[in-house]
Amino acid sequence: MRSDTASGMQPAAPLWLRGLAWGGLLFLHFPLVVVCLYAFNTEASAFSFPLQGFTLHWFEAALAREDVLQAIWLSLKVASGATLLALLLGGLAAAALYRRNFLGRDAITVMLSLPIALPGIVTGIALLSTFKLAEVDPNFWTILIGHATFCMVVVYNNVIARFRRMPYSLVEASMDLGADSLQTFRHVVLPQIATALLAGGVLAFALSFDEIIVTTFTAGHEKTLPIWLLNQLGRPRDVPITNVVAMLVMLLTMGPILLAWKLTQGTEAVAGSGK
Amino acid sequence: MTLAVEFSQISRHYDAVRAVDNVSLAIADGEFFSMLGPSGSGKTTCLRLIAGFEQPSAGSLRIHGQEAAGVPPYLRDVNTVFQDYALFPHMSVLDNVAYGLMVKGVAKSTRLARAEQMLAMVKLADYGMRKPAALSGGQRQRVALARALINQPRVLLLDEPLGALDLKLREAMQSELKALQKQLGITFIYVTHDQGEALSMSDRVAVFNKGRIEQVDSPQQLYTQPRTAFVADFVGGANVLPAALAETLTGRAQACAIRPEQIYFLSEHGAGLQLPGQVLDIQYHGAVSRFEVEVAGGQRLAVAVPNGQTLAQYRPEPGSAVRLAWAPEAMVWLSEQG
Amino acid sequence: MASASLTLTPPTHLARWRVQLSTLLYRRSTLTLFLLLAPPLLWFGVIYLGSLLALLAQAFYTFDDFTMAVSPELTLDNFRAIADPSNPLFGANIDIVLRTLGMASAVTLASALLAFPIAYYMARYVHGRWKGVWYIAVMLPMWASYIVKAYSWTVILAKGGIVYWLIGALGLNGVLEAILALPVIGGSSLSTSNLGRFLVFTYIWLPFMILPTQAALERVPPSLLQASSDLGATPAQTFRTVLLPLAFPGVVAGSIFTFSLTLGDYIIPTLVGPSGYFIGNMVYTMQGSIGNIPMAAAFTVVPIVIITVYLALAKRLGAFDAL
Repeated sequence: MRSDTASGMQPAAPLWLRGLAWGGLLFLHFPLVVVCLYAFNTEASAFSFPLQGFTLHWFEAALAREDVLQAIWLSLKVASGATLLALLLGGLAAAALYRRNFLGRDAITVMLSLPIALPGIVTGIALLSTFKLAEVDPNFWTILIGHATFCMVVVYNNVIARFRRMPYSLVEASMDLGADSLQTFRHVVLPQIATALLAGGVLAFALSFDEIIVTTFTAGHEKTLPIWLLNQLGRPRDVPITNVVAMLVMLLTMGPILLAWKLTQGTEAVAGSGK
Repeated sequence: MTLAVEFSQISRHYDAVRAVDNVSLAIADGEFFSMLGPSGSGKTTCLRLIAGFEQPSAGSLRIHGQEAAGVPPYLRDVNTVFQDYALFPHMSVLDNVAYGLMVKGVAKSTRLARAEQMLAMVKLADYGMRKPAALSGGQRQRVALARALINQPRVLLLDEPLGALDLKLREAMQSELKALQKQLGITFIYVTHDQGEALSMSDRVAVFNKGRIEQVDSPQQLYTQPRTAFVADFVGGANVLPAALAETLTGRAQACAIRPEQIYFLSEHGAGLQLPGQVLDIQYHGAVSRFEVEVAGGQRLAVAVPNGQTLAQYRPEPGSAVRLAWAPEAMVWLSEQG
Repeated sequence: MASASLTLTPPTHLARWRVQLSTLLYRRSTLTLFLLLAPPLLWFGVIYLGSLLALLAQAFYTFDDFTMAVSPELTLDNFRAIADPSNPLFGANIDIVLRTLGMASAVTLASALLAFPIAYYMARYVHGRWKGVWYIAVMLPMWASYIVKAYSWTVILAKGGIVYWLIGALGLNGVLEAILALPVIGGSSLSTSNLGRFLVFTYIWLPFMILPTQAALERVPPSLLQASSDLGATPAQTFRTVLLPLAFPGVVAGSIFTFSLTLGDYIIPTLVGPSGYFIGNMVYTMQGSIGNIPMAAAFTVVPIVIITVYLALAKRLGAFDAL
């Protein structure tokens, strides 16, 4: 109600501010549009503008490429595995940390923020040097381990935020009414955090699918989709294929993000109405 | 008389904070018992100890004669109405009420039928399919009550259940709760910081202060015979005369309480106990006016004078010098402690 | 009592076992905590922290330039090459650090300036359904694939590409040449200049600045602004004395991302801009083609230290409450 009346009284934004805001938005979306445009370009080995012509031919060509399909398949496998591990470990960590105070709790919280706070190269080279020490050759599993580590942080952050918004009296009410800990988890806690888990999982999936910095250290000869793309940049002959794959990758990561946003959106409204 | 709940020298400490400090208490079966005190006085912690959400640091807690230490909430024959109602937001009102039966494994049709009955009892028969978010505060409060009662507990704990309601609804709910308790014949343990609420509903009231119990008595006893300065002040806002002042008046060096309505103004010298003073302020309260009077030694006393009496009464102006008087029986001698 | 008439399903073995387990967990809350924490802590402690510590330890190992072998003889040589001005490698190494730091600072500053009007507009002038639309409009570019965005800029900045076409169409070729002739930011073409690299970095991390700033602005209660104007402040004064100080922690929170992400990036420097390593490239090259893990490890200490200092500063400025 209040914000409505406030907005009613609010004068329209000054022109310069509107210009800056819309200009910024245009800047943010311009490269995304460019990627989409070039995917349909007929030109085979350069980026000249204006575009030369429209074709759907490169989609066919790209999907016929064995290396493209392999890279997609590897990225999907890694992202799925990392997401599952992250859901389990991140969910457990959030459940353990959100309401208890114990010695070392702050240290653990700081530790859990490290993979996000420290640059990816640090995580990457740390893992790589450890794999080398352990005489493990980089393979699918080393990529998975790297990804699960930062994906776990994403899930943890999402779930603990939801836990903090959930009044603990719900858990107490459930136990008070005769539900034991496991029943309480199943009937009260899980429904409350389900969308946060899902949103965290979706974000983790997108993050893993897109990750490149840590992966360059832990992948060895394996090529995830982003690494495949990175390698393509030095190959002018493959430009049209690269353009098409770039657009597909972009669209593939956007879908889950929209989904995650929708998932957290609705519950925030519900949680807000409780207060 | 069987005991519903018995505290023997219970303490509950959080690190250095003594939330509950050596409390002993016996609550009879079928009693409407209130725990009254300011926030942070330990009353809610006591309730949570009974519910099983907290464990005592020391002492023994018995519920219906059985030691409760280490017994989880779901194995106690006690249910709670929470201050924030704690309705499960993802379940319908009916499922909320039926929850206690569901986790016990009662068949679906049976438990939903029982839940309908409980909703009818709290006059919400048509609201079963709604989500809690679609209810008003007063309706949520009733759902919380129905949900807590469906397991037919022998003790119902209520944690400031009317705190979030407006005044009129609160008063209506007070008499409903009292009637419900009579009808069910079970023990109600009611936590509140509102002395009016505690006095109007309870069989007995325990007044909490700083983790300790100051006095446990019937509402009338608490009001007319407070034992400590804290109770005298917190329950009904009595004046507390310090021992030194009392000694100059009566020769007895002991603190005492005098209710504002038992003090009157003397226009001239008369009999009885008298004290000169000066009127600082007058507050109009509808039925009465409250005069704030400063007497010797900077001590301030409140004097309540009924308004709208047909009998003309002496009403001094602010700033005027007055003489206060009261009957010696009006002084309630307080114990040293508190 | 009526409860006797309720049909309870008889407790199965499973149910009884479950209640017993629950009660055990309830009574032994430390055990519960341990069971919950053990898997994530084992993973994190052993794999992640273990790796970090092992890496830091290797920074003190010795690398033999002739045999290209690493031996566990402890030495401070690797750190001397970065921190000791008398070391022959110091000059080149400190250049790398300063180049990276300079870019991270420039990108952070530019992001803050670009982000503020967008965030301000979103927080104050967009309402209802449009708020969600704007939020997604900022979030989608943020999450769109990093490598694709970087790739897109190589396409945009390429000779004969969109930017060159646009500049040609507007007849601004002379201006572009003049800018590219400038020292430090210039270069032989847009995609090999520091200007181009700066542009790409700013683009990629800009949303990370917009969202925390917007959130901080959103949290400023309208009543504060009304109070300020009620007390006689002009809109400009209200902005400067009320809104800006309250939004600042949000800007600092955003700067943690822009600064840290630029500091650790090494993909964009290889794609756009002049030659000359960033910290990330140095680390990657040292461990990869040369195999000098000790030197690479010593180099990773640089961003760790810088970011620790930065985070400590940000914490003091209240950025963590704004996250």
